[in-house]
Amino acid sequence: MATLNLVQAITLTLQQAMQADERVILLGEDVGLNGGVFRVTDGLQAQFGEHRVVDTPLAESGIIGTAIGLAINGMRPIPEIQFEGFLGPAYDQIVNHAARYRNRTRGAIPVPLTIRVPVGGGIHAPELHSDSPETIYAHSPGIKVVYPTTPSDAKGLLTAAIRDPDPVIFFEPKKVYRSFREEVSEDDYEIEIGKAKVVNEGSDLTIVTWGASLFECLGAMDNAPDDVDIELIDLRTIFPMDIDTIAESVEKTGRCIVVHEAPLTGGMGAEVSARIQERCFLHLEAPVQRVTGFDTIMPFYKLENEYLVDAKRIGSAIAETLAY
Amino acid sequence: MPKTTAYQATIEHISILDEHANFDSELGEGVMTDEQALHLYEHMVNCRELDEVAFKLQRSGRMGTYPQNKGQEAAAVGVALALQKGKDWIVPSYRENAALFMHGLPMHYILMYWMGDERGSQMPEGVNVTPLSVPIGTHMLHATGIAWAEKLRKTDGVAATFFGDGATSEGDFHEAMNFASTLKVGVVFIGQNNGWAISVPRSKQMNSETLCQKALAYGMPTVRVDGNDIYAVHYAAKEAVARARAGEGPTFIECVTYRLGDHTTADDARRYRDEQEVEAWRNRDPILRVRKYLTAKGSWDDARDEALKAKAKKIVAEVVDAAINVTSPETTDFFDDMYASLPEDLRRQRETMRTSSLGQDPSQVGLNSAAVGQAASVEGR
Repeated sequence: MATLNLVQAITLTLQQAMQADERVILLGEDVGLNGGVFRVTDGLQAQFGEHRVVDTPLAESGIIGTAIGLAINGMRPIPEIQFEGFLGPAYDQIVNHAARYRNRTRGAIPVPLTIRVPVGGGIHAPELHSDSPETIYAHSPGIKVVYPTTPSDAKGLLTAAIRDPDPVIFFEPKKVYRSFREEVSEDDYEIEIGKAKVVNEGSDLTIVTWGASLFECLGAMDNAPDDVDIELIDLRTIFPMDIDTIAESVEKTGRCIVVHEAPLTGGMGAEVSARIQERCFLHLEAPVQRVTGFDTIMPFYKLENEYLVDAKRIGSAIAETLAY
Repeated sequence: MPKTTAYQATIEHISILDEHANFDSELGEGVMTDEQALHLYEHMVNCRELDEVAFKLQRSGRMGTYPQNKGQEAAAVGVALALQKGKDWIVPSYRENAALFMHGLPMHYILMYWMGDERGSQMPEGVNVTPLSVPIGTHMLHATGIAWAEKLRKTDGVAATFFGDGATSEGDFHEAMNFASTLKVGVVFIGQNNGWAISVPRSKQMNSETLCQKALAYGMPTVRVDGNDIYAVHYAAKEAVARARAGEGPTFIECVTYRLGDHTTADDARRYRDEQEVEAWRNRDPILRVRKYLTAKGSWDDARDEALKAKAKKIVAEVVDAAINVTSPETTDFFDDMYASLPEDLRRQRETMRTSSLGQDPSQVGLNSAAVGQAASVEGR
């Protein structure tokens, strides 16, 4: 066991994956000598060489497009997109190419690649460095979307993603990167993609969340009255979504709040909510409530905390849902 | 010396067998044997026959939109001959059918593809060909990545990728060229400059006189060839493949050619192209000049040509039969290769796609016995 923050857990996972499988290579902007702008790949080029930790030209479509070619020809590439705001130029290669190859060739040409992307707000970054685009990719068949929160979950899920025979987008909540440490096993382990985690068991209300918002939910739970027993679920994988764990919880509690940083309209909260009404309609004691980012452009950082969901807004939702 | 020349380049143009079937014996020496030329000729003839039949299939409602290759066969076969089947990769656009056939793609797969069947892209084991790329220019990055994997594994396979003049306006073209050159990987870029991107002529597409100039920007060796001359194409391709195989990086070959047909069967090129221009290019047909040259040389004759064309008709008739008589796809096929293993939710959608409005298991929409019981008790209240 080691005590690691999120960055360190991911670095360790990448290091172990590269040791175990020489087909694994890292590529992206500044991932080599500089170790990536968040230092997630720090030291890996020194250990594995310039051929396996590659500073590419500055072109996101190029990074993903060449990674697709590497994957087609037997490699296990792990491209990094420096910030989620730079996914735009790579969107076509991800959604129209990586996601479709297996299907359009009826299984003849799979594309195993893991796209690492720092995501979300809360670190006072410049514009287009703080967005939450996970739903766009969850709505794009053919890729899996993983969004862990804790260091130990990140290690198990990233290992699973790298070994997955299909393309995975691996979102890393940058606000959590160095916010806390926990015990992480140095042993080889996987966490199954598509399985949510019950962080806290409870019987009165279910909260479903993922990413940095998890800590705001924990804050809101601390502030809730002592006799309110809240079940907290960390979704961990956005697609495929673990509706069974959510439904099981909501059938028990009858009340649910979905919390995410991404905008409201068409966000994953809408999908979670729709699935709950399909699965748990007769168990519901209150409408499913959403606490999310707004349908606005993510503001520059002077106002970012006004945009981001916080314990106070979540606390109001808890009170309203319980009082319904 | 405040002003000096910072960079200077010239671009060579290569022509060996011209439209009048004149052969430049100095440049053409040893490019390929007559036997090889006849092999390419046969592939071009078969491809042309397939094209003509495909057109009729579309017009008679038996196939969807189809882009004829007519006029551009030389680039496909000239490059394909320079590559090793099963070792090198071809990353095509959609006007290089003959190259794919030469590298093992069953001919009826192309018809299946245009008949709306994904199994036309289900590459058989050992066929190193990626599916046709209908979006423009996005596949050249895949070729660069494929070649990069060869370099990482220290193997010497080469990736050849085809695209048109319009594709060189796309960002991905430039990223693919820059990555390939910077990473020094073994890609051969083959720009089929047929002068038209659907209705937009080269002059409105770019302000560059040649496509080759774009390769200069990436420090990449480049050459322009008569794209309707199998000898010129093969001359350049051989050199490019050798360079790639030796680990000396990518090459860009511009093949100057012309599509004799419409862009696709959904297009009417008379709306934007001058008939005189088309007629001039008909005389530069890549197939005619090979026949003329080899016949004049005594390596070919009319009787054999007739036999070859009869054989092509027979081959294509069989190919059409194979494509038309292929078993119907299963309704659920489009689920099955979404992922290596189907996520639970998709499995549910697959199993109930015909039995539930939502593609959901009825037990999941409140119709299971427990829920029905509850609903009854709610009603009873």
